[in-house]
Amino acid sequence: MATYRELLQQIKSEIDEVTPREAAARSDTPAFLDVRERDEWEEGHIPGAVWIPRGNLESRVEQSLPDREQPVIVYCAGGSRSAFATRTLQDLGYTSVVNLAGGFTDWKRNGFPTQLPRTLAPAQQQRYSRHLLIPEVGEAGQLKLLDSRVLLIGAGGLGSPSSLYLAAAGVGKLGIVDADVVDASNLQRQVIHATDRLGEPKVASAKRSLEALNPDVEVVPYEERLTSENIDRILGEGWDVVVDGADNFPTRYLLNDASVWHDIPVVHGSIYRFEGQVTVFKPGDGPCYRCLFPTPPPPELAPSCAEGGVLGVLPGIIGSLQANEALKVLLDEGDPLVGRLLLFDALDTAFTEVALRRDPACPVCGDEPTITEYIDYVEFCAGTGVHA
Amino acid sequence: MTTVRIPPTLRPETGGAREVPAQGETVGELLDDLMSRFPSLTGKLEYANVYVDGEDVRTLDGHETQVRNGATVILLPAMAGG
Repeated sequence: MATYRELLQQIKSEIDEVTPREAAARSDTPAFLDVRERDEWEEGHIPGAVWIPRGNLESRVEQSLPDREQPVIVYCAGGSRSAFATRTLQDLGYTSVVNLAGGFTDWKRNGFPTQLPRTLAPAQQQRYSRHLLIPEVGEAGQLKLLDSRVLLIGAGGLGSPSSLYLAAAGVGKLGIVDADVVDASNLQRQVIHATDRLGEPKVASAKRSLEALNPDVEVVPYEERLTSENIDRILGEGWDVVVDGADNFPTRYLLNDASVWHDIPVVHGSIYRFEGQVTVFKPGDGPCYRCLFPTPPPPELAPSCAEGGVLGVLPGIIGSLQANEALKVLLDEGDPLVGRLLLFDALDTAFTEVALRRDPACPVCGDEPTITEYIDYVEFCAGTGVHA
Repeated sequence: MTTVRIPPTLRPETGGAREVPAQGETVGELLDDLMSRFPSLTGKLEYANVYVDGEDVRTLDGHETQVRNGATVILLPAMAGG
């Protein structure tokens, strides 16, 4: 039977090691893999290192370092635990893995750069634990969400579920633009509001619901209707994504033009009766709303939900899809609905997807734009606009 | 014969039908046939995008786009509701 010392010696004879100086001078951009425990990691680590505590190494390493040909330098505090980890990676088929002799202690002592990680507070680790378990989110993704800023146009049918899920997900700052007050006819679908809030401004009601759900979230209310006069101020406050849950065409065309000029992606959703549409307009990387619908339909062909009705659960489905798209854009994960329009039919329970393409002749995002400043959107959508 | 998906805002013109059959080898012929069956659609179809098998016909050959038998044709106008 071997003692620990004999076993370590045997393992060390089977792996390669580099000194901190050699590691820092490597020109083949190796990945650093930190196998220490959380409290050690939190006191500082090699910049850019991947952190997997040794106890989770086998189960997580393929997710974090999928390329087995990539050079990897494994380290712990002094070089012993990482020796065993290096051997494990060899067994898992990693072809170019070495141990950092002397570990993080020697690295630091030699004056090589270190970094203090930003970490979630214990209460946040508990709140977001189901996100932390997903490799595509994890602690880094959750911190990204907490740093993210999403502007919601409308605290109505679509804005209710999308803002609730974005707040629950820990998106750090949510702006909400809505000039209306809560009306009894809203409550059949606008689940962010409540019966005891009738007559209250929707942005105030939404702020109460969202901050009660998640105190990590700062809600910025804009109790105003989006117009050509205020949109530059509101968008200029800095948003990573806009979620469009507006209830009228002038606002949607206004938002489109402004988001192209401000270079902010818009997660678009719209609903009527039993049908919904979702897509993502990402400036420079796909079409805009005008590429999809160059001309708004005349008012008689475009009844609003107030005129034609809507199934109460429909905005729940479409608004949740919008939140999903917004989270993907924020996390830079998956394939957002850029260049794809998703149609949902609640009667058939059927999803259909159609392709959207950027129109090189689009007056706003095309190669030679002809609309470069705000127009009269109400007139445009009334069918009498000069551009119609 | 091709089945054309009618959007909710145009269903009053098709007697409430969500899908209607239409005949034609091109998108133009198909829409003409549709308007001959449902005359009140006239003047309203130009506000709807037309998708044949998931592609916007504006990115194909417009009204000249060929429609194969059994193709999926969707009429889609903008909806503002939120």
